[in-house]
Amino acid sequence: MVTTGSAGVGDGRAGAASGSVLSDIPALDVDPFAIEFFENPYPAQQALREAGPVVHLDNWNVYAVARYAEVHAVLNDPLTFCSSRGVGLSDFAKEKPWRPPSLILEADPPAHTRTRAVLSRVLSPAVMKQIRDGFVAAAEAEVDALLARGSFDAIADLAEAYPLSVFPDAVGLKQQGREHLLPYAGVVFNAFGPPNELRQTAIERSQPHQAYVQEQCQRDNLAPGGFGACIYARVDAGDITAAEAPMLVRSLLSAGIDTTVNGLGAAVYCLARFPEEWARLRNDPSLARNAFEEAVRFESPVQTFFRTTTKDVDIGGHDIGEGEKILMFLGAANRDPRRWADPDRYDITRKTSGHVGFGAGIHMCVGQLVARLEGEAVLAALARKVATIEITGPVKRRYNNTLRGLESLPITLKPL
Amino acid sequence: MPIITFIRLDGGSVNIAADIGESAMQVATRNGIDEIVAECGGNAMCATCHVYVDENWIDRLAAMGEEENALLDGVAAERQPTSRLSCQIKIKQDLDGLVLRFPERQV
Repeated sequence: MVTTGSAGVGDGRAGAASGSVLSDIPALDVDPFAIEFFENPYPAQQALREAGPVVHLDNWNVYAVARYAEVHAVLNDPLTFCSSRGVGLSDFAKEKPWRPPSLILEADPPAHTRTRAVLSRVLSPAVMKQIRDGFVAAAEAEVDALLARGSFDAIADLAEAYPLSVFPDAVGLKQQGREHLLPYAGVVFNAFGPPNELRQTAIERSQPHQAYVQEQCQRDNLAPGGFGACIYARVDAGDITAAEAPMLVRSLLSAGIDTTVNGLGAAVYCLARFPEEWARLRNDPSLARNAFEEAVRFESPVQTFFRTTTKDVDIGGHDIGEGEKILMFLGAANRDPRRWADPDRYDITRKTSGHVGFGAGIHMCVGQLVARLEGEAVLAALARKVATIEITGPVKRRYNNTLRGLESLPITLKPL
Repeated sequence: MPIITFIRLDGGSVNIAADIGESAMQVATRNGIDEIVAECGGNAMCATCHVYVDENWIDRLAAMGEEENALLDGVAAERQPTSRLSCQIKIKQDLDGLVLRFPERQV
């Protein structure tokens, strides 16, 4: 039973979203931030999709959309579904953010438009052409080294090691202190979730990681020619202020590593589980880029984000009031049978265009080209050098309020 | 409905009736034209829906924005004076007869 449409407590707008219309929004007893959900989200995601175009999650008193059409529509209407009140459950209009809000992720037009343009240019297709050879060479070397070892953990030794070997250098970070990068990202993505133990513990332990990141975002700590220096160059050009630059560098460090770690982990896990798809990739390594993209659709490393309604709005025939948090299930949308044929199949030749694993619309992942470059480079190197990928030990899941991925994936590679 | 002609890489051509308001990228992908990749799904981010607009049509399209111009510098194939991103070509009635060709590669 939904007794009130208000996701907040004591917001003083009684009646803004109440009424008989709400009573027919299906209410589900699903906690998408619980360990059981992380272990196997698919039955619950199906229930969320089939319940209706919009549902109410009683556990956290929030509305949610899980079908592709509604998720895509919410992503593409940023004026109605804003980001400036936070893209986690916490409503910045009611609660102090755990860190200063992002100037791009947690911003709306027109402020967002200017900062977004800066990062779009720093991570543009033209820039990818410049870094491509270096990223490809690093992937080849990484796979050669792993083949020499034979057996290793595909998460720590590949999915984490490879991005950490290329991305911090591309940003222009110093060597010292890089061990803070993954823990910092873990906090950021846990903090989008509800005030559960994962979020509270992460924030309590975040101070040293925050201090590291804040320091590395300063101009003097960023090597010339890197993404960080390119952001600061836009200060000189007058596009952003000196105070905005470190905040945009922070966005690279927040969202640029753990996401690709989980994307790569997803891709290797898929190829290890589905030998027929691995065989297709070996036969045609040019499929590497789409094999990575399909893994992003299939596993959806970023599972969820929230928006906040800026006015009363109709979703699928249901009235939702102003100031409500809307939870978007990106992972469920990416497996919605209304949009995808055979959605639970990992198919490396699938037409993946339109999946929402990177989001969609004005907030669509600004680093998606870097992610694809890393994914393509690693999968192409594996396809050219490796005969078999075998899972040789217990697969352990890593728990995070937003990110879906593994803690451990023991594998053995056999060379050609 | 305006008819858009796509000249495929194998030399064959396809005429497709397009809906007003959709993008040329959507017309192509909806009809299984593999020469368009559209990795970002039409969000003007990836430059993998690159097309060459027929010379008779290039000046009749709405002018490209600054972002599209910058993205075209990153296309995988050669950028030509007639290069556009098909996700940024919005179909209107006066584009009836538009002819689009494809680059050798998108990524």
